[in-house]
Amino acid sequence: MGQSNPAAAPQKNLSHVLQRRETTVAYLFLLPALLFFAAFVIVPMVMGVVTSLFNYTMKSPVSAESFVGLGNYIELFQDKVFLRSMWNTVVIVVVSVPAVTFFSLWVGSAIYQKTGWVRSFFRGVFYLPVVTGSVTVVVVWKWMFDFQRGIFNWALKSSGLIEKNINWLGDQRVAIWCILLILFTTSVGQPIVLYVAALGNVDQSQVEAAQVDGATKLQTFWQIKWPAIKPTTLYVLVITTINSFQCFALIQLLTSGGPSNSTSTVMYYLYRNAFSLYRYGYANAMGVVLAIIIAIFSALQFKTMNTGVEY
Amino acid sequence: MGKKKITPYAVISMILLVLVALVFIFPFYRIMTGAFNDPTNVWKAELFPSKLTMQNFVRLFKQPAWKWLYNSVFIALVSMILVCGTASLAGYALAKKRFFGQKIVFTLFICAMALPKQVVLVPLVRIMSTFGIYDNVWAVILPTVGWPFGVFLMKQFSETIPTEMLEAARIDGAGELRTFWSVVFPVVKPGVGALSIFTFINTWNDYFLQLVMLTSTENLTIALGIARLQSADVIEYGPLIAGAALAAIPIVTIFICFQKYFTQGITMGAVKG
Repeated sequence: MGQSNPAAAPQKNLSHVLQRRETTVAYLFLLPALLFFAAFVIVPMVMGVVTSLFNYTMKSPVSAESFVGLGNYIELFQDKVFLRSMWNTVVIVVVSVPAVTFFSLWVGSAIYQKTGWVRSFFRGVFYLPVVTGSVTVVVVWKWMFDFQRGIFNWALKSSGLIEKNINWLGDQRVAIWCILLILFTTSVGQPIVLYVAALGNVDQSQVEAAQVDGATKLQTFWQIKWPAIKPTTLYVLVITTINSFQCFALIQLLTSGGPSNSTSTVMYYLYRNAFSLYRYGYANAMGVVLAIIIAIFSALQFKTMNTGVEY
Repeated sequence: MGKKKITPYAVISMILLVLVALVFIFPFYRIMTGAFNDPTNVWKAELFPSKLTMQNFVRLFKQPAWKWLYNSVFIALVSMILVCGTASLAGYALAKKRFFGQKIVFTLFICAMALPKQVVLVPLVRIMSTFGIYDNVWAVILPTVGWPFGVFLMKQFSETIPTEMLEAARIDGAGELRTFWSVVFPVVKPGVGALSIFTFINTWNDYFLQLVMLTSTENLTIALGIARLQSADVIEYGPLIAGAALAAIPIVTIFICFQKYFTQGITMGAVKG
């Protein structure tokens, strides 16, 4: 930690007393943050892992009798609804991650050299669905997707494209795509902001030098810009993956996982188990499995982010 | 930048961009016009409302919507203040102090940040019940403050404090708190600005946490209240859309005013290196 930091140099001369004092002071500064962190992150995390080993429900508390070892985990992998939810979650991740990344890179490249207000305008527009929040977004989309009277069915029908109304959110084949579309609009905001910043930091003199040498736009992109924004791309990939794995609000508010679990996700099934079936232990086991999957992706994230940065 | 040639590619790409931007604006536009439209026109595909009324809002306010709005503001504001306070103190210590256990503390913060927040929610509900604050705004505020993203961001900002300034303050005999207040804080102020706005918006929109912690009608946030209207057996779309507009207007206004700081918060937290 910080061997290269200038503050470390005089440290060698400090006596033990001073060093102890420095440690005490540092922990006093850290104390408020650490208190909250311990009470509301570390403790529940440990509780979650421990209780996942119990048949812990509203009626049966954590006790010697309700201990089931890995029972909840074994049940998970035989639970058809869980497997279906996991499959849906994977579909969401596999479709949305490349779509979001590609789209935001395109928007980023299209706007990063525009004048200040144009750039801010577009950045703001694509961030709008994030800012307004999932509930507002869901209300308006559900209203537009309505089977009987929604504007989409009205538009498609009056333009002659369809004859019968499409049951957007009630049809097994269509519902997940509607979810994906809405998820997409709420996911691209942050990646675009990141790409605009990263592209703005690309060394402009290198770009110009390449253009003087007669490189085409595409060549300039692949040879100079792409390597420079690679860390951002990896970061975008990972945050989008994590967010897609955690897709919940849209599902809960739009379809409640239906029809017949065709849009249920792991996060939604976890919520259902914990807050309507009151199977706390089982829900926590699901949480642990999801955390492990996400941790694998996060490990990748920090490995990438750490290249060239010393903490 | 100014002498760029207009290529066909640039034109097509710009047209596409504007079209996609319209798709993103449209839902927002639709909700704003729908909210002030006559309740009977809710299902009409009008681009401009034929009649402007406050009917939808009048019906919405039969629910305790002001109280919901107040709860949302209270939660976001208090979380923001507490996050900024705890994070700037901790971030400074992590960046500028050399102490025993530093690496362990920082690694813990980082690892926790990478884990999905939702995973700890079930045990959190238990903890809040034990504290007697389940179904209370504090049940949303406290876990928000525990989340270490702010510490991470403020550590990044605190790295920019010149060590000589700290040394000078020490030689002048300034105490630790005084040094923090008059040397550290002015330097990290832009960071605090970014973190405040970032925390405010994210807390306002943290639907899942609010959903599991708040249950009584008068304790809901605006988002939660609207969600409850939306999951009623018979949905009354007029007031619902007015509610969605009411939930969106304050936060969008804040976002537009502070966009600069907000973007800074996102980029600082991410692309470091």
